[in-house]
Amino acid sequence: MTATLTPVAPGRPTDAGRSRGSGRRRRSALTGWLYATPTAVFVLLLFVLPLLLVLQMSASDWPLLGGNRGLNLPANYTDAVSNRFFADSVAFTVKYTVLTTVILLALSLGLAMLVQESSRWKGLLRTAFLIPSALGLASASLLFYVLYSPIAGPFAELMASWGFTFLGTPDGALWSTIFLIVWRYAGFYMLLMLVGLQGIPEDVYEAARIDGASRWQTFTGVTLPLLRPTLALTTVLCVTGSLLAFEQFYILTKGGPDNSTITIVQLIYSVAFQGPNDLGVAGALSVIVLLALVVINIAQIRAFNRKAED
Amino acid sequence: MSSTHRRVRGIAGALIAGAMLVGASACANAEPTSAGLADAGPEGVDDGSTLTLWTRAPLEKQAKLLVEAYNDSHENQVELTVVPNDDYVAKVGAAAGSGGLPDLFAADIVYVPNWVEQGLFQDISAQIDGLDFKDEINEGHLSAGTLDGKEHVLPFVLDLSMLFWNKELAAEAGLDAEAGPANLEEYAEWAKAIQGLNKPDTYGTATGLNCGGCLVFTWFPSIWADGEEVLSEDGAESLLNSDTAKAVYDTWNDLWESGAVLPSSRDEAGPTWTAAFTEGKVGLMFYPATLLSSTPFDVGVSGIPGPEGGASTFVGGDGLGISKDSKKAAQAWNFLNWMMSEEAQVEVLAQNNDVVSRADLASNEYSEKDPRLVTINEVAGNGDTPVAINFQQAFNAPNSPWLTLVRNAVLEGSDTVDADNDEITAVLSQ
Repeated sequence: MTATLTPVAPGRPTDAGRSRGSGRRRRSALTGWLYATPTAVFVLLLFVLPLLLVLQMSASDWPLLGGNRGLNLPANYTDAVSNRFFADSVAFTVKYTVLTTVILLALSLGLAMLVQESSRWKGLLRTAFLIPSALGLASASLLFYVLYSPIAGPFAELMASWGFTFLGTPDGALWSTIFLIVWRYAGFYMLLMLVGLQGIPEDVYEAARIDGASRWQTFTGVTLPLLRPTLALTTVLCVTGSLLAFEQFYILTKGGPDNSTITIVQLIYSVAFQGPNDLGVAGALSVIVLLALVVINIAQIRAFNRKAED
Repeated sequence: MSSTHRRVRGIAGALIAGAMLVGASACANAEPTSAGLADAGPEGVDDGSTLTLWTRAPLEKQAKLLVEAYNDSHENQVELTVVPNDDYVAKVGAAAGSGGLPDLFAADIVYVPNWVEQGLFQDISAQIDGLDFKDEINEGHLSAGTLDGKEHVLPFVLDLSMLFWNKELAAEAGLDAEAGPANLEEYAEWAKAIQGLNKPDTYGTATGLNCGGCLVFTWFPSIWADGEEVLSEDGAESLLNSDTAKAVYDTWNDLWESGAVLPSSRDEAGPTWTAAFTEGKVGLMFYPATLLSSTPFDVGVSGIPGPEGGASTFVGGDGLGISKDSKKAAQAWNFLNWMMSEEAQVEVLAQNNDVVSRADLASNEYSEKDPRLVTINEVAGNGDTPVAINFQQAFNAPNSPWLTLVRNAVLEGSDTVDADNDEITAVLSQ
């Protein structure tokens, strides 16, 4: 075919040249695919396949001990939504997320500015704030479980004399858990904030000083707007992480006292492994959570982008 | 965002691990489970095979003793795996799906009816019928593992709930430390009397008010002792709003209000529910008999009384059966057969102050040295084991309606027993 075309387009490169070129392109495309393969395989095995399986599970009658027993489509989703803890767990998860995000982000921004300003104690402070992040969340939760224990903990006598236990009341359990999370994650978010703060050029601050801006004006007029990409990143991370909270509540409260601290992921776990042992309904709950997360994250990213355009 | 993915993947992964295993099981089920059982003979086969056995952590001590004694005296070798209590159901579930169950595995006796119905255990009726002491085997455990007249499990370890009292504290409070309280009312009086000593860090009684399993284990017997039932025959209806049951809740509500209950009992979810008594800080409590050997001071022991008196016990512990996936059923039966023998029951269990699961061995050379063991073994015969398919969800789960009922009735003193009981029935009858 190509041979007959050659005379018609004399100005173009020769056949040989063209085929060499497309061969090079093909080879480089092949190399590209090769580079991408390991990641693609991992994504396929560890993300796409599990996701498909959860979708299948959520559509099937699938008892934990009995295996797949065929299609059970609308029933799993109606059972999931009508679970007697569904509404409570959604409400609790949202409440926990809002509280954690607000406290954690405000505190970590404060810490970052403190650490940036003070020069003398900078190294010590940064290390001190960051060290808890080196501890796994489950280990940290166990550590606090003992600290909060009314029997074995160091505050046992104090609690006895006050007639109060950290994990004994719904509010106590919620705030004790939030304290653990803030302790564990403040350093990590501080680090992200610090990177953002150091990305703000010094001359902008200098200009603000020349214009006679007060400290507060500098903060609201310069720091916050220029920190927006960092704030967007940390908010998305913190909201998503909090919505998927599990380990801390599983270890510290097990959803108690009186079922007041059941998060949505804990509900999934208990439907799958603690009682109903129904992987179908648990899968349906997981799919609902996944969809909600996608929607929430799109909304967050859009909101931050729109602000940036203003 | 990467954290999002990782978390979602984490959840998906956890569910999926189970799922993939379940998918594979379809094939495993189709194969003949074992050529062994039919020609196992009454004794099973002892040919130097390696058997695997799973149990949960609370029974580790007894399981280790039995396995060591078996390994020392047999060609077959049993490999014991002990799994943390809270992870046991999930682990068995994943293995059941993948066809990866061990040859032998123990199950909390209250879960046995459900697991038998799901087909996790092999039918060993023919072998059990061949035992000439079959009628002496603990009936509660045997019937929990019976489906359509076919038996699937034998009692592995019996854990009974008994009334224990600290004799020293009782004597100090001027109580008859040898006799013990005769009914629930006297129990409350004892607790208040010991509380009345006003010793620092010492309380009248203790329990696990945030631990469904502990409450089932220790409070059901009070209801049985008065001749009442807790569940309907088919296990689909809860009878926990009877007058007797309400009398039990009222007694505990009164005890709680009077301050005679260890304060940490309120949030006790199970891990440390017996610790304070073992440390000598609690006067009397309903306590697991398996801990008799590790209680370091002088205790009195009796069955659990009801409001009117009487004595009963919850025959808990674990049943042991041969898994559907075992290819060495004949060898596994050899272990089960030995486990029920006088040698294992008396020389291993009784010698270590544990409860025997055969009535004809209740009185043996070791129990005769300690009359408390005779008491425990005798009450075991009058005890009960509730049978319900949805037992875990209704009673043991951390968010069970049973916990809601007890916490409302005892801690809040509210009048919601009937409504909460309906919620239990709703879960049981699913």
